[in-house]
Amino acid sequence: MEAIVATAIGILTACGIFLMLRARTFPVVLGLTLLSYAVNLFLFASGRLMLDAPPLIRAGARYTDPLPQALVLTAIVIGFGMTAYLLMVALRAMAETGDDHVDGREKS
Amino acid sequence: MPETALLPLIVASAFIGCLVPGLLARFGRNMSALGAAGVMASCLALLIPLIPAVLNGKTLLTAYTWLPDYGLNLAFRLDGLGLLFCLLILGIGLLVVLYAYYYLPESDRLGRFYSYLLLFMAAMLGVVLSENLLLLVVFWEVTSISSFLLIAYKRDQRDSRHAARMALAITGGGGLALLAGVLLLGYIAGSYELSVVLAEGERIRNHALYAPMLILILLGAFTKSAQFPFHFWLPNAMAAPTPVSAYLHSATMVKAGVFLLARLHPALAGSELWFWLVSGTGAITLVYAAYIAFHRYDLKGLLAYSTISHLGLITLLFGLDTPLSVVAGVFHIINHAIFKASLFMAAGIIDHECGTRDMRQVNGLFKFMPITATLAIVAAGSMAGVPLLNGFLSKEMFFTESVGHPVFEDMSWLLPLFATVAGILAVAYSSRFIHDVFFNGDPIDLPRHPHEPPRWMRAPVEILVVLCLLVGMFPQWSIAPLLGAAAGSALQTPLPAFELAVWHGFNLPFIMSLVALAGGITLYALRQPFFALHNRLPSIHANLVFKRLYEQLMIFAHRVVSWLDNGSLQRYLASFITFVLALGGWAWYSGSATLAVATYQPADSAAFAALATLMVGALGATLLHRQRFTAIIFTSVVGLVVALTFVRFSAPDLALTQLAVEVVTIVLLLLVLHYLPQHSPAEDSGPRLMRDAALAVGAGAGLGATAFAMMGAPFETISGFYLTQSVPGGGGSNVVNVILVDFRGFDTLGEITVLAMVGLAAHALLDKLILVAPRHDSDGRPWAKELHPLFLSILMRPLLPLALAVSVFILLRGHNMPGGGFVAGLVTGVALILQYLASGIDFALQRLPRHKAKLLALGLLLAAATGAASWLFGHPYLTSTHGHIALPLIGEIELASVMVFDLGVYIVVVTTVLMVLAQLGRLSRHHEEAI
Repeated sequence: MEAIVATAIGILTACGIFLMLRARTFPVVLGLTLLSYAVNLFLFASGRLMLDAPPLIRAGARYTDPLPQALVLTAIVIGFGMTAYLLMVALRAMAETGDDHVDGREKS
Repeated sequence: MPETALLPLIVASAFIGCLVPGLLARFGRNMSALGAAGVMASCLALLIPLIPAVLNGKTLLTAYTWLPDYGLNLAFRLDGLGLLFCLLILGIGLLVVLYAYYYLPESDRLGRFYSYLLLFMAAMLGVVLSENLLLLVVFWEVTSISSFLLIAYKRDQRDSRHAARMALAITGGGGLALLAGVLLLGYIAGSYELSVVLAEGERIRNHALYAPMLILILLGAFTKSAQFPFHFWLPNAMAAPTPVSAYLHSATMVKAGVFLLARLHPALAGSELWFWLVSGTGAITLVYAAYIAFHRYDLKGLLAYSTISHLGLITLLFGLDTPLSVVAGVFHIINHAIFKASLFMAAGIIDHECGTRDMRQVNGLFKFMPITATLAIVAAGSMAGVPLLNGFLSKEMFFTESVGHPVFEDMSWLLPLFATVAGILAVAYSSRFIHDVFFNGDPIDLPRHPHEPPRWMRAPVEILVVLCLLVGMFPQWSIAPLLGAAAGSALQTPLPAFELAVWHGFNLPFIMSLVALAGGITLYALRQPFFALHNRLPSIHANLVFKRLYEQLMIFAHRVVSWLDNGSLQRYLASFITFVLALGGWAWYSGSATLAVATYQPADSAAFAALATLMVGALGATLLHRQRFTAIIFTSVVGLVVALTFVRFSAPDLALTQLAVEVVTIVLLLLVLHYLPQHSPAEDSGPRLMRDAALAVGAGAGLGATAFAMMGAPFETISGFYLTQSVPGGGGSNVVNVILVDFRGFDTLGEITVLAMVGLAAHALLDKLILVAPRHDSDGRPWAKELHPLFLSILMRPLLPLALAVSVFILLRGHNMPGGGFVAGLVTGVALILQYLASGIDFALQRLPRHKAKLLALGLLLAAATGAASWLFGHPYLTSTHGHIALPLIGEIELASVMVFDLGVYIVVVTTVLMVLAQLGRLSRHHEEAI
């Protein structure tokens, strides 16, 4: 199970970074989204993978580590904020330069 | 208050005082001059009570800790050497203040000038009063910087700026070497306090690191004191106003180098290396600079080279390393400061009154300014070493020491011969100064008609020349106590017996003096053939070498910078990832990671299916990223699989949040894509794609492997506290939510603040922006005429109250069951987005609050105020309280004060989504109008 999650993290990272290295704003945003998934999964996995052990206090239950979950929850929301912000910057850059190149200009 | 407390007070009042002239300048130049003089006088007044003790041979010490872990303390010391320099700095400083008042043009208010001058003075006082070596280096650097400011005082002139930069490069570079040397010295001696270091001479000289340490420290001293081959910055620094030349470049700053030699003499001297390095450098500088000085046409140039030559002499004396040569070196520091400062001031007067200082034009000035001429002639006589003047005494001591120096047993004639040659050259350039300027026919084409300067401009020269005479004729009475104390602290041993007298009898040194005088005058008389010969010699200008090196360095630096910083984000990101990969790889190889300690859980078919789906989504989005719409769809698949992963591994809160975020993000992506090109151009070259693929695969493999290793490593949770305290302490059984709103509530407060900033940024970035969307899609088909399908809008309207009810439910139960402010806010956001999609932006906005920024503030305020409310009950910020209430239908809920906090979170999330949406919707309204 761990190997599968690790593979998923690796693939998401690779795809995310490849897209972030592209020259246009939109793929870069998509790349950041993929990389966020990878990082969130990584953080989440630092609490180890447990089945049927949600951190909800009940009698006689076992619990997975709640701390990484709390961290990841805010990371997801902040990641959303960042994506929204980047998208608006991309729009603004498009309006200012008439082009969606990340450097604000066509490469000469 | 103990009298030693005056020491830091002197330095501190100098540093604070350097602001005074600048502040007073608005009241005119008189006030700023008075302010500058006042600061110097008060420093002097603080110093005077300490003088008697120091003259009796006491060393005053005081220390305050500053950064004790690094050995850097505010430790000050006043001994004979420090006192001598303080008197030079403050005494000549006062004269320079008076002189500059007349020298600089009336239009200059002098605030900037005097402030720089005082800053320099303060740093210089710091150098000579430091007990801690690191502190000394700090002040040393400030002298370099303030000297830079002073040389570049005429900042509109290119020459000044270049000269200042050169001086800073050389002395600043030397300062770095000095810092390195001092660090080594402190390491060797075990302390940076001078009292300890000076007593450890034996151990220091026998240490393996002695040679590199000595060379580094000497580099600092030699660059500052303009020793060959670092001498060339000093003549260029003559671009500074003459008062600066008189103060910094003759009397004080250039003496900092030789001060350091004297200061560290007990610790560093006494080895062969010291002897050859110091005396060798000093000897070469002494003769070389004297030779150049003789050939200069520029009055200040002549004086600059003669200064270098005299500094060489002082260096040579410290290098010879006999007790008496050290005394002679200290004595010559005093004498040179006095006569050279007066000569510079005289040169400044001549420049000021004639409009030029070229000795081919400035001739026969004796007729026009007899008093100034007499004063300058006396000072120049002192420079040449004429009997009855102070320069004669220290030069005579030099001659005495050159005769029979222990190192040159077999060639005992060599050093005296060398000394005599140097003497001849000194007499020759002094004669040239006197004869060319004041006699030698009539002036040629002077820009101004020369006459005597204002009365008080000449006064500083008069005072200094009187000192030349006093010391020269009555040394025992005038200077002996100070010299004794200063030389004593430079030696740190009982003083050798020496007699300060004008007449020592008709001995070898006196004969050498006579030969030097006669030879020098003869050389001057026969100067024309020498000048002709000199002009035929190929000249290597250190200036040009420096300039070329400097330019090469700048070109190199530009190349490095433009390679690293070429304005391409792709380049930055690629280098960043490469760097991280290199670091990770290095850690991987050098570390001792043991893999797979714990047992891994077996995989099942569902997991494989999920992985396969995720791979299709991620790879599809990547490979087809140029078809942007398709890429969005693939990305959304990935998001869903990630949400399912959270469900599987016991994280219901995360799954809910991820799902809600996913919906909002995809809608945003689609909305934005509308205004961006639908396809990316195929512009990346093959090698570029290969490079990026390699980086991506490397990073992916690295992070995947790290994740695998991490999950296999032994694990012990640190969350025990949260799990046990969630119900009794936080009043909620959903531990994740309790952590968010209670245990780590302050973090969450920060997070929603960031989110709120995104909402505000939407306004800042997109308000009033007009983007024209394409009139048809990327395949050339026009948009559908029916903007809001009836079916959709009818279906969506009843969904809104339902969705709102769900989000309230999620918000309320969040403390005990999966849910909470973040999720509820996102669900509400999704519900509103659906209305927008179904019925258009106008429909949606009409039904939403208009003052979204205020709503945002309300949310933040609720969250922050909940925390602050606990203050009212005497608890720390964000302390929570809780109790039970029963609600119909929902049942009994645990009502905690943090629910108000969570409500704040909810409001911020909803409002942020709304603000972004409203701005994007406003853009789309243009589009709808266009259709």
